[in-house]
Amino acid sequence: MKHTISILVENRFGVLARVAGLFSARGYNIDSLTVSETQDKTISRMTVVVNAEDEKILEQIKKQLNKLIDIITVVDYTKKEYIERELVFIKIAVDKKSLPVIKKMVDKAGKIGSASGLAVARILDKKNDSIIVELVDDQERIKNFLAGLKDFKVVEVVRSGRIAIAK
Amino acid sequence: MFGYPGGVVLPIFDVLYDSKLKFILTRHEQGAAHAADGYARVTGKVGVCLSTSGPGATNLVTGIANAYMDSIPMVAITGQVKTFLIGNDAFQESDVTGITRSITKHNYLVKDVTELARTIREAFYIASTGRPGPVVIDLPVDVQQAKTEFIWPEKVEIRSYQPTVEGHTGQIKKAAKLLERSSRPVIYVGGGIITSDASPELMTLAKKIQAPVTMTFMGLGSFPMTDPLCLGMLGMHGTAYANHAIMESDLILAVGARFDDRVTGRIDAFAPHAKIVHVDIDPTSISKNIRVDVPIVGDAKKVLSELLRLIKKSPDTSKWLHTIEKWKEDHPLFYKKDDLLRPQYVIEQIYEATKGEAVIATEVGQNQMWACQWYKHGIPRHWISSGGLGTMGFGFPAAIGAQVGAPGKIVFDIAGDGSIQMNIQELATAVNNKLPVKIAILNNGYLGMVRQWQELFYKKRYSSTPLKNPDFVKLAEAYGAKGMRITKKEDVAAAIKEAIATPNVVVMDFVVEPEENVYPMVPAGEALNRMLGGMA
Repeated sequence: MKHTISILVENRFGVLARVAGLFSARGYNIDSLTVSETQDKTISRMTVVVNAEDEKILEQIKKQLNKLIDIITVVDYTKKEYIERELVFIKIAVDKKSLPVIKKMVDKAGKIGSASGLAVARILDKKNDSIIVELVDDQERIKNFLAGLKDFKVVEVVRSGRIAIAK
Repeated sequence: MFGYPGGVVLPIFDVLYDSKLKFILTRHEQGAAHAADGYARVTGKVGVCLSTSGPGATNLVTGIANAYMDSIPMVAITGQVKTFLIGNDAFQESDVTGITRSITKHNYLVKDVTELARTIREAFYIASTGRPGPVVIDLPVDVQQAKTEFIWPEKVEIRSYQPTVEGHTGQIKKAAKLLERSSRPVIYVGGGIITSDASPELMTLAKKIQAPVTMTFMGLGSFPMTDPLCLGMLGMHGTAYANHAIMESDLILAVGARFDDRVTGRIDAFAPHAKIVHVDIDPTSISKNIRVDVPIVGDAKKVLSELLRLIKKSPDTSKWLHTIEKWKEDHPLFYKKDDLLRPQYVIEQIYEATKGEAVIATEVGQNQMWACQWYKHGIPRHWISSGGLGTMGFGFPAAIGAQVGAPGKIVFDIAGDGSIQMNIQELATAVNNKLPVKIAILNNGYLGMVRQWQELFYKKRYSSTPLKNPDFVKLAEAYGAKGMRITKKEDVAAAIKEAIATPNVVVMDFVVEPEENVYPMVPAGEALNRMLGGMA
């Protein structure tokens, strides 16, 4: 099961390595990880998404995260009410035939709000042979959108990793 | 402080030259780390070691990992190359904070001298509070040379580090109720009792509820082995009666212990009839290996005091104690009492000669397990042995550190002929600093514990375990220590007496039975009541 874990840490060098080390030491792969400053410059927030192969081991990792000196709080959002988003850039090779179809898809995605609000979907950049689409959405709809592109030539996908906030 | 100089710590050593700080030069950085560890175990204070960068620091690594596994308060200061050279593969550079990240409670790289005082203050605070452990301070040479106004931070405030010391009252009440109703309780204690100085509370509780007490390896000394309620050590080389008691118990009160695999044996067969109350200051230790019915996060001393206050009536355990008495009679610790010089006998004689008041350090392997079994441990902070990491070569430098911390005490290092050679160069440290440690080598000409496993599980194929040893007597003499060789059982007592009376370092080479085994033994991964050997 996927867990979204939000960690408040001291904004110092070395903290990321400590956090990552607890996962890597057990051979756990982190699905996504974001780090940035909070409203308090001395504190950073890490949002870690990890697939727990064994819930007991994840429980142990969370306790050990809490034990690290530089870690202030650890919250697992999985069983809580929260909103999550991810930013995705998609570069797609286009021609005269495919461009209008993709435009339509993007418009449609932008208009239909996700369960917890309006999603962002727009074309950010346009060249003769390619476009860059920006998508800000939840996991399910990002997955669906990418699946909808399977007949087109996707050149590059850049994802920010999830961020989440408790309601 | 124990350590070894080198290029990038020259500024520190220059200050030490005419400082009042007592500095002891070891002959290897590993020795310095273990000596700091031994000092910490015997005094309860933070042990400090110091090394240069690169190989100096990596030589400390085993000692740091050892202290981490056994929750020993230690501050290790390592020199580092100049700040601007870090990451450039400079001479004697290694990424010390990276290397030690997973074997320290915390570590620091100090890049600004104005941060130094606060860092040192924090390091000692973190090392010695909560569940203690080693802290590394990596200190680039240019930071050592930089000048700043000295301001000692009076208070340490770390918002992200506040260990829970008071146990949850509701949980302690639950535990008290369970204890009151229990008919076959066992108190199972570990190093947490020693760390929090909770032996008096443990003693009072055991007497009050008339519950037997078994100790982990790390808990030895917390409850006297001469007490009728004492079951000795449990686990792989524990007593049969301690292991039987665990298997038959209806309530286990675990305090400051972590259900290590050497203690539990096969985990799903451990204590099948018991409810488990687990008191530990480290929340990550609770429910890590074993399901726990009543978890209590807190300091052992505080929680035990509270428990004592809350237990109103004592359970009737007379039948249970009778059963245990019977087990003790039927399955005592046993070795063959003949005319041969057996290693267990040597340890018994050390106990007799020192009246159990010596500080006992050990190496790792058979010597260590016999020292657990045959020395009647009874005083906290008198047992100095590598538990979690099982580090050969720990005992002797740790004994040196212990002797520094307890100058008036008789300090023994019970050693094997294999492990003593892993840090034997520290004979120079002990002799030069007049630290009269007594080394008792139980010389069986083998890496005994590995040989025992080869005998039992690998068809006696003694691969790389027979040892061709140096002459330990001559070796001792070469270092300026006293050397003795004992080959007969009848000479043991007199030799130990002579060693104790000698004001110098003494190396006793006891030439013991070569293929003696440590029994009883629960093979790795078996249930605790599946013991091999050692029955009378």
